[in-house]
Amino acid sequence: MSSLSARILDVFNEPGCAKNADKSEADRKKGCTKQPKPGSAAGGCAFDGAKIALQPFTDVAHLVHGPIACEGNSWDNRGAVSSGASIWRTGFTTDMNETDIVFGGEKRLYKAIREILEKYNPAAIFVYQTCIPAMIGDDINAVCKAASRKLGKPVIPVNSPGFVGSKNLGNKLAGQALLDHVIGTEEPDYTTPCDINLIGEYNLSGELWQVKPLLDELGIRILSCISGDGKYREVASSHRARAAMLVCSKSMINVARKMQERYGIPFFEGSFYGIQDSSDALRNIARVLVARGAPEDLIGRTEVVIAREEARAWAAIGSYRCRLAGKRALLITGGVKSWSVLAALQEAGLELVGTSVKKSTKDDKERIKQRMGQDAHMIDDMAPRDIYKMLKGAKADIMLSGGKSQFVALKAAMPWLDINQERSHAYMGYLGIVKLVEEIDKALFNPMWEQLRRPAPWDGIAKDGHLNAMVLAQADGQGAETPALLEVSRRAKRVCLCNTVDRGTIEDAIRLHGLTSVDSVRQHTNAFGGCCRSRIQDILKVMSVSQPPAMQQAAE
Amino acid sequence: MAIVSTRCKACTVNPLKMSQPIGGAFAFMGLRGAMPVLHGSQGCTSFGLTLFVRHFKEPVPLQTTAMSEVTTVLGGYENIEQAILNIHNRTKAEIIGICSTGVTETNGDDIDGTIKLIRKKHPQLATFPLVHVSTPDFKDAFQDGWEKAVARMVEVLVSAPTIEAERDPARVNVLPGCHLTPADLDEVRTILEDFGLKPSFLPDLAGSLDGHIPKEFTSTAIGGIGIEEIASMGQSGWTIAIGAQMRRAAEAMQTRTGVPFRLFERLCGLIPSDEFIAFLSEISGRPVPPKYRRQRGQLADAMLDAHFHIGGRKLAIGAEPDLLFDLSSMLHDMGAQVTAAVTTTPSPVLERIRTDEVLIGDLEDLEERARRQNCDLLITHSHGRQAAARLKIPFHRAGFPMFDRVGAGHQLSVGYRGTRDLIFQIANLLIADREENHQPCPNSWRTSTPPLKSGRSYTDATESSIA
Repeated sequence: MSSLSARILDVFNEPGCAKNADKSEADRKKGCTKQPKPGSAAGGCAFDGAKIALQPFTDVAHLVHGPIACEGNSWDNRGAVSSGASIWRTGFTTDMNETDIVFGGEKRLYKAIREILEKYNPAAIFVYQTCIPAMIGDDINAVCKAASRKLGKPVIPVNSPGFVGSKNLGNKLAGQALLDHVIGTEEPDYTTPCDINLIGEYNLSGELWQVKPLLDELGIRILSCISGDGKYREVASSHRARAAMLVCSKSMINVARKMQERYGIPFFEGSFYGIQDSSDALRNIARVLVARGAPEDLIGRTEVVIAREEARAWAAIGSYRCRLAGKRALLITGGVKSWSVLAALQEAGLELVGTSVKKSTKDDKERIKQRMGQDAHMIDDMAPRDIYKMLKGAKADIMLSGGKSQFVALKAAMPWLDINQERSHAYMGYLGIVKLVEEIDKALFNPMWEQLRRPAPWDGIAKDGHLNAMVLAQADGQGAETPALLEVSRRAKRVCLCNTVDRGTIEDAIRLHGLTSVDSVRQHTNAFGGCCRSRIQDILKVMSVSQPPAMQQAAE
Repeated sequence: MAIVSTRCKACTVNPLKMSQPIGGAFAFMGLRGAMPVLHGSQGCTSFGLTLFVRHFKEPVPLQTTAMSEVTTVLGGYENIEQAILNIHNRTKAEIIGICSTGVTETNGDDIDGTIKLIRKKHPQLATFPLVHVSTPDFKDAFQDGWEKAVARMVEVLVSAPTIEAERDPARVNVLPGCHLTPADLDEVRTILEDFGLKPSFLPDLAGSLDGHIPKEFTSTAIGGIGIEEIASMGQSGWTIAIGAQMRRAAEAMQTRTGVPFRLFERLCGLIPSDEFIAFLSEISGRPVPPKYRRQRGQLADAMLDAHFHIGGRKLAIGAEPDLLFDLSSMLHDMGAQVTAAVTTTPSPVLERIRTDEVLIGDLEDLEERARRQNCDLLITHSHGRQAAARLKIPFHRAGFPMFDRVGAGHQLSVGYRGTRDLIFQIANLLIADREENHQPCPNSWRTSTPPLKSGRSYTDATESSIA
């Protein structure tokens, strides 16, 4: 058994990763652990990544060996869906206490494994290592091995303590655990020439089920999905698949590549986001399977299904295209998905004003350029405050991003749509893209925005025709609340310095009571009318020129 | 009255408890311009952040010192230094709160010493408010983290009054426990102000996490109590502590400034609200405003209307000690039986909970007890949703986190008005459940309780089928 650091090095040495292949020898040795910056870091740890990658296995008990923070603060927080078992949603942790830290937690871990098997009898137990037991030297590999032998159920160590690196590294270490301990340990009941593996698909919001019926129709069997709605036995026997599709995510590329090396299972990378990508993916699956011995007519049958589904999807999107054409979207997501979602949005007639490429490879960026043109606005790492500024600068109509940056958009009263793991709608396949467009349409045309962008009555009583026009313009989605802010600062200007009375108060009084003289203004406000006399006169002059507000509104 | 017990099992299943550092960080979020930092690896912060964001549906300030494997071995001095400098330079924070985690407590980082060195090395930080709280993950729970953090804030940020500083009898310090929502704090504030008192809340989550739309986008806490106001808390006439967890901070305040305190362990229910209002009337020297006389009447009437539905019901409650004590006492006073009670951490109030046994345990224990005792209602945080579905009983979400419903920050349960609304909510849940699931049918006449509860016997209840 190799040490953890050796395994990490091994995981980093990934010829299948385009970004890695571009690096110099020295850079490659360093791996891709970009050290997070203390005080301005965001994102999960390696344990988080490992758990995310494996938790969608539904008939497995996921046991976290660590103090309460690792599981207590995070359990049951993912949107993956199961078609059967629910044990994966149960939170199991050893909840290590002070005594365990002093005397070691191995015994408690063993007992915990035994308790779970006695009470819940899952297909297998995945044991996740965390920082503290890693520090004190708990050997989870040894405990898992002993427990497997004694208790007769697979107990799989997932060695990915949080402090070794990022979420993405955790995904890969999880994949490594599958390769080391699970894949190839069982045999399927039967095989067909049309067996495929889907790797890196998590069935969030049940989106896999938007694609599976098409595969079923074509007679293609998903032998194993790693890991969405997956079963332990399926992944354990996944080495008998004829081909694999790496679903739009570099997170588990090591699994795909090593399965190709070990078992000769060819894989291709594809995505089910967007019409074009879905069709490409189906074509590729058919092509690879036929090359591996599936009946030749699969290709023809696939084309028939694609033609039918595309026609349906286009028809459905067609009704939205006229509404969405020219609307501008800003896409802030974890890089990898950017080009595939991008294609989907363009199909809906939306214009992309910017997309994030933080986690994208060079290859991804090329694809983005292809889709968006040379002047594609690619955004690297960005602080929320900068995104906020960017939202105003880019003048987008809607932002699509993960849950963590939602408030940047929402607090700017800007429509926003969740396209990451917390989302509650499924966006995959031909149905998914229609759903996505429908959701964008719902978000953009919600009558709420117009109300929210209106200033509060106490900011707006004295608004003249000028401001009204601005508010209406905003309702059309032009620019954010800058005019409103301008108005606020204009009104906040002190007119009477002695008694601190601002311009807005005076304007409101003039408008409400129809005042015409400085003296009457003095009566109705706190203004002293001494040194500010001439300023008040100016306001009166300006306001007597503009029309009364009632007429103004009637005219509009 | 209740026996407090802990269960002897190696594996916690479906945790009720959350970790101490995020409880500490939570307290800092009620300070204006605050940036809480967890001294640990990235995930410690990331999990907490996700939890808060999903609960409040608000941007939440929380940073990390991003400890790596190497720095964990070599010590985190540089990480703390960099984190403080980064936050200081980039976010214009007014205060930084540092909570330790299991990782850095295990390797033994001396954070207080580190802070001293950093202040010496970087003169711009010499007087910058930095508050450190020791909150290892492997001890205690969320509520304890909050308790320790607020006590530390009092020790570090409140200035000891000089002799000439005057006491303002109208000023009142309020030290709220972590079980109060922003809506609860606002209710307490309104009540105090109606008595002509000027409250200072430490911490004040109502200012920061009440769901407002700020003019500008900043990454630190917006709203909340300011540093100067905290510093001057020694000039108040009284300190009101809400929840037994706040005794520590209230005592620290008294020791430091001499301000006397009164601890209200509960604010939900008729009698606790009476005591609270009477106390305010006494310290303010004002009669109780007519508004509260009316509200009291409304609560009394609500109790009359709802007791038909709540009385005799068997409840299963899982919550942190203070919330458990408050809710279970109120419902007990409405005639309900607290049949299963599970909590996260020891507390002096647990023994006084009106039930036979309070278990320090997890949601598996709560579910098992609720099933065995045929409970009618489950009350716990959102993680109880799976258990409620399996038990097929109505589910009232209370406490933190509440991530699968909106408006968590605006749930009100203190004072006459809060209690009234809560009683209605719970009674309505029970009424709806009876209408939907317990309609009498021709065959149900012989069994006194409708035959809808799971038919499991006592012995196999332990092998609860979650799978």
